[in-house]
This record gives sequence, structure tokens and C-alpha cells, in this order.
Amino acid sequence: MIGIEHYVVVSSILFVLGVLGIFLNRKNVIVILMAIELILLAVNINLVAFSAFLHDLTGQIFAMFVLTVAAGEAAIGLAILVIYFRGRGTIAVDDVNHMKG
Amino acid sequence: MSWALSLRLMAAEDVLSISGLVLLMFAAWGGDRATRAINWVAVLTLLGAAALVAPTMAGGAADMSAFYGQYSGDAFSAFAKILIYLGAAAALVMTPSFLERMGAARAEYPLLVLFAALGMGLMVSATNLLTLYIGLEMNSLAAYVLASFARSDERSAEAGLKYFVLGALASGILLFGMSLVYGFTGSLDFGAIRTALDGAHGGAATVDGVLSQGALFGIVFMLAGLAFKISAVPFHMWTPDVYEGAPTPVTTLFATAPKVAALGLTMRVALFAFGTQVHAWQQVMIFLSLASIVVGALGAIGQDNIKRLMAYSSINNVGFMLIGLAVATPAGASAMLVYLAIYVVMSLGGFAAVLMLRDQDGAAVESIAALGGLSRSRPGLAGALAMIMFSLAGIPPLFGFWGKFVVFQAAVQAGMLPLATIGIAASVIGAFYYLKVVKVMYFDEATGVVANGNELSHGVILTVSAVVLSPLGYLATGWLGNLAATAAASLFHS
Repeated sequence: MIGIEHYVVVSSILFVLGVLGIFLNRKNVIVILMAIELILLAVNINLVAFSAFLHDLTGQIFAMFVLTVAAGEAAIGLAILVIYFRGRGTIAVDDVNHMKG
Repeated sequence: MSWALSLRLMAAEDVLSISGLVLLMFAAWGGDRATRAINWVAVLTLLGAAALVAPTMAGGAADMSAFYGQYSGDAFSAFAKILIYLGAAAALVMTPSFLERMGAARAEYPLLVLFAALGMGLMVSATNLLTLYIGLEMNSLAAYVLASFARSDERSAEAGLKYFVLGALASGILLFGMSLVYGFTGSLDFGAIRTALDGAHGGAATVDGVLSQGALFGIVFMLAGLAFKISAVPFHMWTPDVYEGAPTPVTTLFATAPKVAALGLTMRVALFAFGTQVHAWQQVMIFLSLASIVVGALGAIGQDNIKRLMAYSSINNVGFMLIGLAVATPAGASAMLVYLAIYVVMSLGGFAAVLMLRDQDGAAVESIAALGGLSRSRPGLAGALAMIMFSLAGIPPLFGFWGKFVVFQAAVQAGMLPLATIGIAASVIGAFYYLKVVKVMYFDEATGVVANGNELSHGVILTVSAVVLSPLGYLATGWLGNLAATAAASLFHS
């Protein structure tokens, strides 16, 4: 029997993978965008699983909002990436360091 | 609860969103020629929205919640919104000439600020995790675009990229926390979460009066996500880069309005939604505040870019404000609001002065070393900047001291002497780099980099903030204290 714990464990694993994807990735900013999507999807699995578990619809409504905002976020992220690429000619993570820090 | 009443309670948001949509039409048809006109209408809209929420600052009706508990127009939200709208309006007033010189004056700019302000208003009014998330993202998405607004400037694009990646990560962490809190308390509503977390009365998220592990994880994740947004240490690393890279008027905005919104949101979440589990987050808050004070003070020491200096200064000041939150009493929350109000004035004045530093060709001067001898060539500007620096350092005759005083007073009254002592000691370290700027301006060899010539809008904002920060500001302490106390009380009783 698959219980709520299994869903939470899967979503936690996905969340950690997403966070590690942002911090360990030294290659490409696109991969960071994918990692961000992974985090948001982990959250959605959590929300829908809890929603079914609690017999409460609000979690699924929240998941819809998260999906919508994620689409907007990806669009803005890619737009910023495009103007960054136009100026610098690269999207390698190691080159995002013209300002120290 | 009728829809008409709900819409009336959020009148300021109605005005902002309708005006934003109408101006979007004007921007689409008028193009960039209409930028200045749209800018001024946006400023008037923000001032109008501030006037609409002003009456609720004194208290208002007993039940101010709208849309079935999604939104609250209480005194606390009114206090925060006044600061947000005035901060955003002041940032907009100082914008047009700067962007015109960069060739980046586009009609969308004032609209993005308007929609960001709408999102910030929702953040401080949210009494439901869903409203909170929508408000936060409305503000963040506009802010990412604003940070990279000077497209031709590589630093601006880099600032936008860094802000986007770390902001999205913060949103993700916050959301993960929200999903756990929802799962273990069974609701998205702040009031219901508060009840479910109440161990003393057998809340749903507690076992024998002890908080369940899952709910504790949710609380910690949510606070970590919010700490990113208020740039508290150890989640501060984006702040110096974004402050330096973003166009200066955008930095002015970031240092004022979103800071108020994120801190207001954190206060409502911590003190109201998690208010029945204070001991679960109090130590986290103490750590965040002390780490921010120390790292903000030490990090600023080696900086030569005045915008980076202001970034570390904002980290440092957020630390002092978090002392008020760590105390977790109405007095602490009220002290935090007083500090926040004074901080907004100091930031606006500081960045108005930074905007006035331009060389012969009109290019912005950001290096502190280039300010040598400013007191001889521009005595007025140097005097005002010195006053703001002394005020940020919290040196007594100036108004900045009052903010630190009320926060430490609240900490001492709540018996948290070690916290207050470490805070006071660290504020001495902080004074070093503020005084360094003053020393360069008054005692170093003249460099003659900064040219003459003022803009009226910058001069007016710098003068107003200098007058408020002068000892004259103390005339307002009673009034400001009362408003802040009313606002803080509404967090504890609603």
C-alpha cells in the first residue's frame, strides 16, 4: 500500500535534487532553470498528495497556481538569459562573475 | 462577507491594478515617448493608494478580512503599505532622468514598479498562504525584470540573472515549506494554522503538546525562504551583486519597498501564523539577526563601491530589525516597525545622494575613493550624505539612533540582555565604514571627479530625508510610536 509517506519521500528527494542542481552545476544556466522547475514540481507532488490525503481541495488549487506562476517564472528567466547572452556571448555558470561576491 | 465589501477593503489594490492596466494600454500605444507622462501618473497612483490606506492606520473596523479570509486590510498592513507606496513613489520620482541618460527609458518601467507595488501590498495583507505566494511572485517577477532593465549594461544583466536564480530558489524553498505546513496543519489559512500549531490546546499538528517533525520542517523551510527575501545572513549572498549591478533607481526601490514588504510578511507569518510556536523559531530568528549584524558590518569594511556598501548596510540594518522580531512581543514588533520607517527614509536619502554623484559627462560615480574633497566642492551634498551615514551608524543626535534605541529597549524589556549587548557591540563595528565615507568626503585630497549640477527631484528627496533624520525627527517619535504600536497590536489580536 502506497501511503502519504511515500509521496513525501519522493517529493523530498526531487526537492533536494533540484537544490543540488542549482549549487553543484558549474556548466550551464539552462540546467539551473531545469533545477528550479524540478523544485516546483516536487512542491506540487507534495501539495496534491496532501490534498488527497486530507480530502481537501485547496491543495490542488494551490498546485494550479504554482504551475501558472512557474510558467511565468520560466518565461522571465529565459528572457533575462537572452539579454545576458547578447551582452556576454556565453551562458556558462563560471563566467557569471563580473562582479565579485 | 459580500464581494462589494471585500473590494472596498482592498481599495488601494483596486486602484493600483486598474491604473496599471490602463497605463499599460497607454504604454502600448504611446510607446517610449509617453514614458515621462506614465511615470508621473504612476507616482500619483501610488500616492493615491497611500492616501486610501492611511485612515486604517489608526485601527479601523473590528473585522478587516476580505475574500473569506484571504486578505486582511488591518492597521498592520496599512502601516506597511504606506511605507511601500511612498518608497516606490519616491524611487519612481528619481528615475526618468537616470534611465534617459542610459538610453533605457522605456514605458514599461513605471508599470513594472506599479505591479511590483501591487504585489508588495498583497504580501503584507496576506492572511492565507495562497495570497502570500501570489503577492510574493507578483513582486519578485517584476523585480527580476527591473534588475536587468539596463539591457546594454552587462552588470545589469548579470544582476538580473543572479537575482532570478537565487530568488526562484528562495521561492522554491518557501513553497516547499508551505506545502509541508499545509500537509501537517490541514489548512492554508493563517488563523487555522495558528490553531493547529497550538500545542497547549491540542492542535492538529501537535502530539501531546509537542510540535510534529513535519510541521517543524515546514516552519523552518518557510523562514529560510523568507530570510532570502529579506537578505538576512546566511541567505544574503545575492544582495551586494544585485545592488551593485541594478540601475541605481532600481536599487533605491529594492532597498526600500520590497524590504518593507518582505519583513512585514515575515512578521505576520512568524508572529501570527506561527505565533503559538514561538519557541520553535525564536532561536532561528536570534541567529539570523546576530549573523546579519556581524556579517553586514564586517563585509562592508573592504568595499569601495558605494552601492555595495549600501547593500551591506541593508544586511546590517535587517539584522537590527530582526532583533525586534526575535523578541516576539508586541513591543518588539512595534519597535521593528519604527526602525523600518526610519530605515526607509535613510535609504531613500542615501540613494538620492548616490544618484546625485555624477562626473563631468553625466556618468554615475560609484567609487567611494572618488568622493575625496566633496565637502569643498559640494558642501550641501556632502553634509546631507554625512548626516545619512551618521544616522545609519546610529549616532545619537540623529533620528537613526531612535530606531536602534527602541529595538534594544524591547530586547532588554523582554529579558534578552545578551542579544542586546552583542547587537550594540556590533553596531560599533558598523560605525567604522560609515565614518570612513565621511572621512573621505571631509579630510581626503580633492579628486574633483564629482561635477556640479543637481536635479530638482533628487534634491527634494535628499532634503526631505535629511530634515526627517535631523534631530527634528524626534518630534515625530510619539506619533510614529503610537501608529507602530497600533499596527503591531493587530498582529497579536486578529
